[in-house]
This record gives sequence, structure tokens and C-alpha cells, in this order.
Amino acid sequence: MSVVPGASAPSIARISAPPFGLKVHAAGLDFGGAPLFEALDLALAAGSWTCLLGPSGVGKTSLLRLIAGLVAPWPGTTVECGDGGPLRGRIAYMAQQDLLLPWLPALDNVLLGARLRRERIDGAARERARWLLARVGLGEKLAALPAALSGGQRQRVALARTLFEARPLVLMDEPFSALDAITRHQLQALAAELLNGATVLHVTHDPWEALRLADRLYVMAGAPARLGAAVVLDGEPPRDVGAPALARRHAELLALLANGKREAA
Amino acid sequence: MAWLRGIAVVVGLVAIWQAVVSITGVPEFMLPPPLDVARALVGDAALLAGHAGVTLAEILLGLLCGTALGVATALAMAAWRPARDWILPVIVASQAIPVFALAPILVLWLGFDLGPKIAMATLIIYFPVASAFFDGLRRTDPGHLDLARTMGAARGTVLRRIRLPAALPSLASGLRVGVAVAPIGAVVGEWVGATAGLGHLMLHAKARVETPRMFAALIVLAVIGVVLYLAADRLLRRAVPWHAESNPAQD
Repeated sequence: MSVVPGASAPSIARISAPPFGLKVHAAGLDFGGAPLFEALDLALAAGSWTCLLGPSGVGKTSLLRLIAGLVAPWPGTTVECGDGGPLRGRIAYMAQQDLLLPWLPALDNVLLGARLRRERIDGAARERARWLLARVGLGEKLAALPAALSGGQRQRVALARTLFEARPLVLMDEPFSALDAITRHQLQALAAELLNGATVLHVTHDPWEALRLADRLYVMAGAPARLGAAVVLDGEPPRDVGAPALARRHAELLALLANGKREAA
Repeated sequence: MAWLRGIAVVVGLVAIWQAVVSITGVPEFMLPPPLDVARALVGDAALLAGHAGVTLAEILLGLLCGTALGVATALAMAAWRPARDWILPVIVASQAIPVFALAPILVLWLGFDLGPKIAMATLIIYFPVASAFFDGLRRTDPGHLDLARTMGAARGTVLRRIRLPAALPSLASGLRVGVAVAPIGAVVGEWVGATAGLGHLMLHAKARVETPRMFAALIVLAVIGVVLYLAADRLLRRAVPWHAESNPAQD
């Protein structure tokens, strides 16, 4: 390996364009015949990390998929980029499942986006993929098939694949929830560091994760679902989960979530 | 271990066979003792090999045509919605026709040479290959499709880079079935009308009450079937190494 993972991230790790904010306005969506949410508004500040918390089935994932263009919302729903540009081609998506293609080695899985867009994969692209894999701690596993990797390692490859896309807007749907506690902790820190500068929307059911990573977070609750008031967090993520201030926030957040659950019931 | 077990099974079956012959005293023209059949296998080796070559050629050509047609059909149906809407019902309905019933017609159209046998083998292989592969193409992990969409992949690229490789294990299952049934197609074709092949040899031997030769031909046919299956299984496992189900022997 010619590239040593280190603190000085070379330009190859950076996102391709300046981040932009996002405004979702009057969003409505059906799920199984019933409205999941209607007239829902959400604003993401450019370069900020926003977490979406709430009980299972409330519509967090659907909101994320709506923004990703994977489901068709009600007419009248608008999704606008803060810089007026299109959303198409400027998002990266990371799901709870690693979604690695089982027949491709780790390196080619990281290069998947470029392959699918039929871009020419040159030495620089390979070098960047290698650097990212080294950065997530898999510099020795470039040629490994997903079946030969542990769950945590596979999700690391998925993170590297997401980072390789170098998109200004990153949508993450419970990306760490299938991992054991230690791996989750490590990957959270890694994601916070490597996604610094991008606009991130992160769906999670883990209040600690949200408190650790988010600049601001929303609790989504009710049927049809609504977003609660923004909870703004200070300090540079990833935050120390042992800090007393964060423990207090955690207690508040649990109360909020319990409230939301009661409302939904 | 597997080899030893296989040999043990063969030895056991031959022993039972000999026991049945000895105990019941069944006449030789009904069930010849194993030793007579072994003698026929050795004595008629050249004859059997010649006919086996013909049958094997029919099977292999049928496999080639059936696989090519099946793969092409599945791809067409996966890539183009109208193709699926028009072809799929025809394929499903065609399964209601017993393929063997077509054998006399194929002989009528294609003569007594290899043609109708290859056509029979092709027909019998076509369906499992086409349906298994299409099924695989249709059941791509929706998560992979979502990911590809967010990455801005075109439809054709998704088919080639994701759906097709993801369906290879299903295609392999279809091919295993195809290889297993291919000899049936060839032999049925030979029974209806042929001048060569193991099926023809069996009918010929039956007419002349050369029962040991019939059994010898049957054994050669069984060996061809088993060897073909094992070879295909091994090849397919190597072609789809990432798939756990491609290792059924380890179940």
C-alpha cells in the first residue's frame, strides 16, 4: 500500500461539490393505503448533520426514500436544493443492509457507483477507493468477497462505497443498527470524521447515536406523522457520550420519544 | 468419503439384484444376473460406445440449444416488458403439453437423424432453464435496485451489472435440472424413430430378446447421466462461487 491512512485526509476524500441545504415542503406519502404523513416540512442546513428519530413504522425511512427519489410522493410535495440545482446525481444513499454485491471483491464494491454510471475507472479512481478502504480499516481486504467479511467489515465497505460517491448530500437509513456496540461506536466516529462537510440526513432509532453525531435532530411521531421541534446540539461531533450534558439531553430525548409513542398509540 | 459411499451403494444394489435373481429364479430374458450384463458390457463394448456417442452428442447439442434459447428468452422477458407479457403465458401454457407426445411429430418433420432428438432434448431443457433464470432475474434484492437508482444507473446497466449476476445462482439451478432431464429427451426421441443411439439399441435388443444387452445399454445411459450431472454441478459451483446454495453437497 502506497497510501497510509492518516489524519491528513488528501483531497481524494473530499466531496466533489460544496454542500447545499435541502427544503422538503408539504410532503405527503401513502403507505399501505393510509397517509404516512401529510403537509410535512423539513429543512436541512448546508453542511449540517440532521438525525431523524422516532418509533418504528412512523415513516422515517419513507421520508428518506422520498428525498432519494425512490418513492413517489403526493403531488404538491416539493424537494428543493438550497443552491437551486437538481437533486439527481448529487445524493449518496446508505441503508441498514450493507447491500454489497456478493460477487464483487471489496474494492469493486466501493467502485460500484462508477461502474453503474459506466464511468471510466482509471488509476485515480482505484487509488481513491483503496485509500477509502484503508481509511475504514480494510486496507488488507481489497480483494475479499463480502462472504469472507464480518458484518462490521461489510458495513465498513458500505461506508467506503458511500464516501466514494463523494456526494454533497448523504442519506443514511439506520446504517449502524445491525452492528455490535463496539463496531457501531467505531463506525459512528469514522462516519462523523469522513462525512464532515457534507449535508447528512440520518435516520436512527438510537438516541445515543443521534446525540453523538447530529448538529440537530428531530423526533418524528404520530399518524399521520409530524416532526417535533428541532433539538439543536452544540459541540463538534462525534461527541463524548460520557459527558454529563449529553446524559441530560438523553433523558429529555427519551421523554420526547416516549411521548411520541403515547401519541401514536 | 462420498466416493466410498457411492461405491458401497453400487455394490449393495448389485448384491440385491443378484439375490433377487437367485431367490426368485426369474427367467434370464426377464432379468439377467449381473454377471451376464457385465459380460454384455465387455463383449459389446465397441457397439455400446458407438451408440453412446450418438446419444451423448444428442444430449450435448440439446443442452447447448436449450440453454441458449432459455437464457435468451429469460433475458428478453426481463429486459422488455411486452416480451414478458406475451411470452410468459405461452411458456406456462406450453407446459401443459406433454413434450413426449411431440416426439412422433418431430420425427415426422425432422426425420430419423439427430434432428428430432436434439429438438426433444432442447424442448425438455428449455423450460427449466428459462423459468429458473427469469425467476432469478425477477427476484433481485430490491435494496440493490434502490442503491443502483440512487447511483444514477441506467436500466440496461442495472440488468447487466446487478440483475444478471444476481440471477446466476438461479440459472445454475435451472441448468442442473436441465442436465438431469436432457437424457430423457434424447432417449424418447430415439424410441420414436432412430437408426442409432442407446435408446435405439435397447429397442433393437428387446425385439431380439437380448436382455443383457438392454441392461448394458441402460447402465451406460445411467453412467452418462450421472457423469454429466456431476460435471455440470462442479462447473456451476465454480462459476457461482459466492452462492452458498451452489454447494448442495455440503447440506
